[in-house]
Amino acid sequence: MAVSGEEAIFGDSVITTKLDSAIAWARESSMWPYIFGTACCAIEFMSVASSKFDISRFGAEVVRFSPRQADLLIIAGTISYKQAPILKRIYEQMTEPKWVVSAGACACSGGFYDNYTTLQGVDEIIPVDVYVSGCPPRPEAFLEGLIQIQKLQAKPGKYLQKRVEKEFKGKLDA
Amino acid sequence: MLKKCDDKLEFSKEENNRYILKLKDIKKAIIFLKEQQGYDFLVDITAIDYLNYKEPYPKRFAIIYLLKDKKFDNLIILKAYLDEDEIIDSITDLFKAANWSEREVWDQYGLKFKNHPNLKRILNHKEFIGHPLRKDYPITKGQLCTKTDDLMDEMTPRLKARGYENHEELMFLNLGPAHPASHGTIRTFVALEGETIVSAVSEIGYLHRGFEKSCENHTYNQIIPYTDRLNYCSAILNNIAFAHTVEGMLGVELPERGQFIRVIIGELSRVIDHLVCLAANLVDMGALTNYWYLYNPRETAYHLLSKLTGARLTNSYMRIGGITHDLYDGFEDDLKECIKDVQKGMDDSLSLIEHNRIFQDRAQNIGVVSADEAINRGWSGPNLRASGVNYDIRKVNPYYFYDTFEFDVALGSVGDVYDRMMVRFEEIRQSIKIITQAMKRLPKGDIRVADHRITLPPKKMVYSTIEGAINQFKLTYEGVKVPTGEYYRSIEAANGELGFYIASDGSGTPYRVKVRPPCFFAMSSLPDMVEGEMVADAVLDLGSLNIIAGELDR
Repeated sequence: MAVSGEEAIFGDSVITTKLDSAIAWARESSMWPYIFGTACCAIEFMSVASSKFDISRFGAEVVRFSPRQADLLIIAGTISYKQAPILKRIYEQMTEPKWVVSAGACACSGGFYDNYTTLQGVDEIIPVDVYVSGCPPRPEAFLEGLIQIQKLQAKPGKYLQKRVEKEFKGKLDA
Repeated sequence: MLKKCDDKLEFSKEENNRYILKLKDIKKAIIFLKEQQGYDFLVDITAIDYLNYKEPYPKRFAIIYLLKDKKFDNLIILKAYLDEDEIIDSITDLFKAANWSEREVWDQYGLKFKNHPNLKRILNHKEFIGHPLRKDYPITKGQLCTKTDDLMDEMTPRLKARGYENHEELMFLNLGPAHPASHGTIRTFVALEGETIVSAVSEIGYLHRGFEKSCENHTYNQIIPYTDRLNYCSAILNNIAFAHTVEGMLGVELPERGQFIRVIIGELSRVIDHLVCLAANLVDMGALTNYWYLYNPRETAYHLLSKLTGARLTNSYMRIGGITHDLYDGFEDDLKECIKDVQKGMDDSLSLIEHNRIFQDRAQNIGVVSADEAINRGWSGPNLRASGVNYDIRKVNPYYFYDTFEFDVALGSVGDVYDRMMVRFEEIRQSIKIITQAMKRLPKGDIRVADHRITLPPKKMVYSTIEGAINQFKLTYEGVKVPTGEYYRSIEAANGELGFYIASDGSGTPYRVKVRPPCFFAMSSLPDMVEGEMVADAVLDLGSLNIIAGELDR
């Protein structure tokens, strides 16, 4: 196959690509998660971070506790109505492109806490990109959730545009 | 006993050492018990709403006080009936532990207390209308919360008491609820002068998940998974505590093998609970290596537990009157390996910190709580023992053959962060000792009570006999029928006295379940502990108390 452009001149030492793809590739392999861990799922996340399951294999071990420095929000645990405004505020403080994983039954749907105090799914408050099932999810499931986000992150253009354009209206936005 | 009181008290005595008094006499009785009979440990305060009860009561509500004496082996229950508009005398001047408990009763039931320093909601949010544990409050009626409490209503009087009229010099800071060292969802609001905390207020309830209301909606066995999620670091101990209480109400005892398995798995849960607490506490201190040393053995334990129960964290291994299934072949070898890992992790970690000056400077004489103070605040478990009080339910009120095992109770002498951590290290060692003894003595036999009104019959019986089919059907649909009455029982869980106060109306669903969470009482002392200390010390105080939000907020 005839090679043209810069690659013809410099050989294998240079790869040409689009700037967007290069940035997406860099972001994908170094996600900085913010763990909004409230309950049992957060204990399971400790396993994800420790050496046996080792989230750093996927480049996401730099856990940030400031939402301003993070691009991946992992909600691990039950969100009560009392907690909801705090979660929303943290989500708002993150800068785009940002991603949300709702981990565990409670965050996804309220789980078996169908009662007066538990929010029936965080997607009533903020938009969610990936849902992870389990009560709590096994560490492998957390990692699968991360991989799913990385897949979305690899081609963020249209997906992100759609999300930004579609105005999200949660229960607390009214 | 109340007969000896000088003020002639009118009372009647019921089963389980429960006394029914007039509401106006309750405080007199408590003062008498505390000052003359040595009942200086407030176990819990709770209430019951009798609105839908099968037989009418003289009044709609009841308020219940549970007290223990100096030796912790005698429990007395005081109860008074009241209507919504009657006002209860607060006992916060006698027991500091009563402060948050009374707030909880107000929050959940709307019963008012006179002379309470700050009677406001504790578990539910500020904008909540109504009182959720009342029987006429629908369980699924959620209420949105739009903004958080600024807590200045508590902070201002506290600052005033310390002589700060003007707040301009102070800096206010929120530690939590979303903070790496807030262990879940606890919020501590502090006023700082430089880096020193001059005043602090704690707010809880961010993980209030309506456990107690959910209990009133499920059969006894359906509640077991909910108990897993109280103290999720040692789920099985919660299972045991709940099942043990209900078995007490039923008047049954597990066969020996069942009890031994409960001891073995329960102690293993205690070990892994302490491991998480210590690992997290050391990370907060900046000693990250210890986290890997202490947390990785937990991974081995998870492996064993998932083989045994099918779940890593939330095991639901117990049932009322038994255990889901017996130990698997090769369990003993796995357990030995697990213990070996724990011991190695602990030795590695201790070799780093035990004689480490930095660790000692960081942990010693920080967050000191004296023995009297700890008792008055209702502390229990390792936190209380670190203050030098010899109270371990396994020794005081032995259950499951604990009196036949040889083990020591680890005690601290100062009651600081260092003691609380070292007591936990020692308790891991003692728990391993118990596990080893129990494995050696593990008898053969059944693991469930044979009564098929309590435990499910074997599948063979269900498919081949009509009795078996009926038993299976009744147990699944209606639940275990627990005799009418009210009952309190507790076990020594990883964090201390974990008790359940259950009121049954004779059906398969409890009428009321109240958990006595050890964390709740430890947490209520945090604001007083951290005042005068540095911010970095406050983080250690919180970690060393091992506050687990699931249990704290329920």
